[in-house]
Amino acid sequence: MIHAAAAAVLGAVFNLNHPAHVVHWHFIKLPLANVIVIALMLVAFAVAIALPFPGAARRAAARRGGGAS
Amino acid sequence: MSGAPESSWTVKVREKAVEALPPEKLLPDGQPTYVASWIYVFGVASIASLVVIITSGTILALKGPAWWHYTGVGHFFNGIHMWSVELFFFVMVVHLWGKYWMSAWRGGRARVWVTGAITFLVAVPTALTGYVSQQNFDAQWISTQAKDGLNSVGVGAFFNVTNFGQMYSYHVLLLPIAVVVLVSAHVLLVRRHGVVPPIELNARLATASAGEAPPPPPAAAGAGS
Repeated sequence: MIHAAAAAVLGAVFNLNHPAHVVHWHFIKLPLANVIVIALMLVAFAVAIALPFPGAARRAAARRGGGAS
Repeated sequence: MSGAPESSWTVKVREKAVEALPPEKLLPDGQPTYVASWIYVFGVASIASLVVIITSGTILALKGPAWWHYTGVGHFFNGIHMWSVELFFFVMVVHLWGKYWMSAWRGGRARVWVTGAITFLVAVPTALTGYVSQQNFDAQWISTQAKDGLNSVGVGAFFNVTNFGQMYSYHVLLLPIAVVVLVSAHVLLVRRHGVVPPIELNARLATASAGEAPPPPPAAAGAGS
């Protein structure tokens, strides 16, 4: 019962009962799902560079203060 | 000493191995400050995904197609295997982008870069042979489409994607061994040469070694990539 209910809810959000949507731009032809994954990878790449790592500044300051290279 | 002759091959191999990768480099106490950045996390995320892939794949191989198609737990492990592959490629591509844009082959690290790039290339047919080994209509569709593509470049019957036995052997034995060997070599080479430093740090070290006063450190030192 729970499985059927969950499938119904997910089906309402992600309707897969149709041929795949395709992004067609000149010679480039990609399924929409792949385009979304590529966009998410670009976002992850940008966020990984921009977002400070927890404790990184403290560690760098400690190292500079300690005189270690 | 144990009195082993100096010409013993075991002694030579051990000495070479310790010389190339002393214990303090193989298992270091810590990493440089610049490694504290999210962009350096994607390498180990790739390895973590690979561990999940191999573990779930081993369980699928033990239980067989009827289990992964017709039982709830089988569906679950089938899903774990497929999504860990998706995650593996996702984080591996971000890792590859990060290393490309920081020219990770600097400082004698060409072999580190090459083993990583070859791992990516070998991982692609490893995944393809998995998709065609599912034993369902999806596998039939993918294998016939791939057959057209491979025939068009002259691969022919040597690598036959419509041959389940051959594809399954490639997928559960030959290609995973290749991926694991390549990843192991990649990690050992990273240990040997150290994690590649940011380009700006290399420039500062070069300036300092030339006898000039190094410029002040950037504000984001240690936090950025």
